[in-house]
Amino acid sequence: MGKELRLMKGNEAFAEAVIRDGADGYFGYPITPQSEVMEYLMVEKPYEKTGMVVLQAESEVAAINMLYGGAGCGKKVLTSSSSPGMSLMHEGISYLAGSELPCIIMDAMRGGPGLGTIQPGQADYFQVTKGGGHGDYRLIVLAPASVQEMYDFVEISFDLAFKYRNPVIVLTDGAIGQMMEKVYIGEQKVRLTEEEIKEKYPWATLGKTPDRERNIITSLDLDPYRHERHNIKLQKKYKEIEKNEVRYEELNCDDADYIIVAYGTSARISQKAMDIAREKGIKVGIFRPISLWPFPKKALRQLSERVKGILAVEMSAGQMVEDIRMHSVETTPVEHYGRMGGVIPTPNEIVDIIENTFVKS
Amino acid sequence: MTEEIIIAGFGGQGVLSMGKILAYSGIMQDQEVSWMPSYGPEMRGGTANVTVIISDERISSPILTHFDTAIILNQQSMDKFEESVKPGGLLIYDPNGISNPPSRKDINIYKVEASKEAAAMGFRKIFNMIVLGGYLKVKPIVILENVIKGLKKSLPERYHHLIPDNERAITKGMEIVEAVQTA
Repeated sequence: MGKELRLMKGNEAFAEAVIRDGADGYFGYPITPQSEVMEYLMVEKPYEKTGMVVLQAESEVAAINMLYGGAGCGKKVLTSSSSPGMSLMHEGISYLAGSELPCIIMDAMRGGPGLGTIQPGQADYFQVTKGGGHGDYRLIVLAPASVQEMYDFVEISFDLAFKYRNPVIVLTDGAIGQMMEKVYIGEQKVRLTEEEIKEKYPWATLGKTPDRERNIITSLDLDPYRHERHNIKLQKKYKEIEKNEVRYEELNCDDADYIIVAYGTSARISQKAMDIAREKGIKVGIFRPISLWPFPKKALRQLSERVKGILAVEMSAGQMVEDIRMHSVETTPVEHYGRMGGVIPTPNEIVDIIENTFVKS
Repeated sequence: MTEEIIIAGFGGQGVLSMGKILAYSGIMQDQEVSWMPSYGPEMRGGTANVTVIISDERISSPILTHFDTAIILNQQSMDKFEESVKPGGLLIYDPNGISNPPSRKDINIYKVEASKEAAAMGFRKIFNMIVLGGYLKVKPIVILENVIKGLKKSLPERYHHLIPDNERAITKGMEIVEAVQTA
């Protein structure tokens, strides 16, 4: 590949990608299991190399509003947090979405609700794909399943964020954040100058020029009809994203009798389950949504027509399974297997469920 | 080839770094690797463990419940992980502090008197590398040359002067590892 090869934690790979992609600012507040992101940035000191700002805010609420300010100026900004911190940020995320501001928010999910635990979880699916904050808005949500994807998804997320002027969530969990794998590191990109930002993003509030009206970035409009027009525009944009930005991976689905639908850490564990099941002669495949919103509904629907059963595996009481049920044909049974509170499902448990609920019945 | 390993002991025994060195050694010979630590409350003063997978193929789950090899460095970890070795698998342990030695009959068991040897060498901290040497003697999944390359990659440069000591410790481990039982 010709690229530099390293052994890194998911959190570190994410932080390195942020520097390499030429981000302008990271604003965050530490919380397990993603504190290595800021720790890594503070050690690497990108502010001495690329001029990127790294700032520990006084709280998650402050951090997300710093993103609002930075993104309003057309800067590439991001934050990272974990479930309880994300809850604090969702007011700000609604404002970012309403004001159409590009940014990345990484959520290394842990078991909830409340302070919960610091072990991995996947129970923030509803929160990031269905809302979280108030109002009719959507977030692009990408779910990496390897350390390499933790790296690669930073560039993809910034590109999507600016293409659609929309916040992007990188939805991961404690396991992917903490584990180390091989990562291929890309070239260092140069940060945009203010002149380049003005040229590329004419909406950015970088000072009024005589040839145009003031740029205003706000989510407030007291004229309901004008505000409805803004909402219609947003909905049109979301439709466009649903059409263009669906991402998923299929493993051994071609000859599969049963498929497991899982993302992130659950998808990795399910791969092992698939291997064990195939050794036993049960043809299992994996459908891994990579974009959780937009959800890969068309591909799943087509697949659901050909298989005898679908098992959703999530570290939650069953959240993505609702989307799976909605987008599968009614004649194919959809079951759910989940562990909660920071417990990670094991490959053998998953194989047992497939045998007992589908194969034997 | 896929080797699934758990290394478990007290925090501070160098459990995580043993795993890291193994993972780096795997990279040095162009293999796929994953390193999954226990994190959080367990690590704060209690037991620490890490799952390392080295494979010629894409690695599926980084989190496992059964292992080809368990490297056990304290009694708590013996109690927890002896049962998780696959039948026919390998268990390596340092008898120092082990009051209940492993009792399974269907696995291969080896011991390395690493703590004792490290004390005799006057360098107690290097005990984990002696254990690692014992393991690599029984299962040469990575060659010594690649371990040294891996050490160079994983250690900050200010510690590179310690690499010869590490090499000596690995070699010592290879000499003193003893079979307790072969299944």
